[in-house]
Amino acid sequence: MTKKRNPMPGVLLGLVIGTFILFVLDRGKGVSAALTAKRYLVEMLSILPPILVLLGLFESWVPKTWVEKAMGPGSGTRGAVVSVLVGTAAMGPLYVAFPVGLALLKKGASVFNLCVFLCAWASIKIPMILFEVKFLGAEFAILRLALTIPSIIIISGLLKTFRMNIPGIQRS
Amino acid sequence: MFTEALWILAAGSLASSFLKNRGKTKNALRFSWKYFEGMALPVLATVWAIGLLLAFLTPHVIARTIGPESGAWGVMAAAVLGSVVLIPAFIAFPLAGAILNQGASISAVAAFVTTLVMVGILTAPLEAKFFGWRFTLWRNGLSFVFALAIAFMMGRIL
Repeated sequence: MTKKRNPMPGVLLGLVIGTFILFVLDRGKGVSAALTAKRYLVEMLSILPPILVLLGLFESWVPKTWVEKAMGPGSGTRGAVVSVLVGTAAMGPLYVAFPVGLALLKKGASVFNLCVFLCAWASIKIPMILFEVKFLGAEFAILRLALTIPSIIIISGLLKTFRMNIPGIQRS
Repeated sequence: MFTEALWILAAGSLASSFLKNRGKTKNALRFSWKYFEGMALPVLATVWAIGLLLAFLTPHVIARTIGPESGAWGVMAAAVLGSVVLIPAFIAFPLAGAILNQGASISAVAAFVTTLVMVGILTAPLEAKFFGWRFTLWRNGLSFVFALAIAFMMGRIL
């Protein structure tokens, strides 16, 4: 995580003021904003504690060499497949993937595989695909998936080519 | 159900870790706490911002923006909308299905769904906190471009 001056209190203050103004101008919208925020907060709090505990255990138990071998810079095609599978198997919204991705990175995963993992987590989920089939049709869902997977690989390849440096992570 | 399974898995792992090695478990929890400390405020801000934004971008507004009369600009608008909003799949897909049935183009709906999952403007500050702005902007930017490409290809094929 980057260490800079923390802008968060200011952001939160802005949001509080914004909500207050909204509440005064349009009570209904203010209430609905608060309710939506509450719903997401509850969802987040129900999923984050076990994830954080598992992440901590991962950090202290899993040897660096494992991750390096499976998802490191030299892991090639197999590494990409592993990254897709890890991203697909895990559940939960994308913001949960960020700490997981950082943990993988710290254990030696490559930036390419980090990107594959993040994109796969975001876009390839079995229950999500079932929903898509149901509401948009199998043709739509399968074609979109078939186009998404190569896109993920290309995006990650481009990120690797641009030599992304992740703050705080050294890569030889 | 998935959430319960996650709690049980975490509790079980923690217990067995504690039985095997107390020092390592203590270390693990210290890691967990460090993550939590780093995430707490940004996550709160993100949730709040989602609440504020969704008060304006109701399903009704989204349907109108991407709807049948929106044309080629609709695809672009759909991609932008999908990047901004953050809604769970069980709302997003029925909504997308309804918009498609109303006569919106395949491309517009595909653009909306693809950016919805791959691009996150609201979560970008959080992503940048973990991986830096350079990585975040490139990942999201490229995902946006590819989402548009996927959308247009799907419009051609289907």
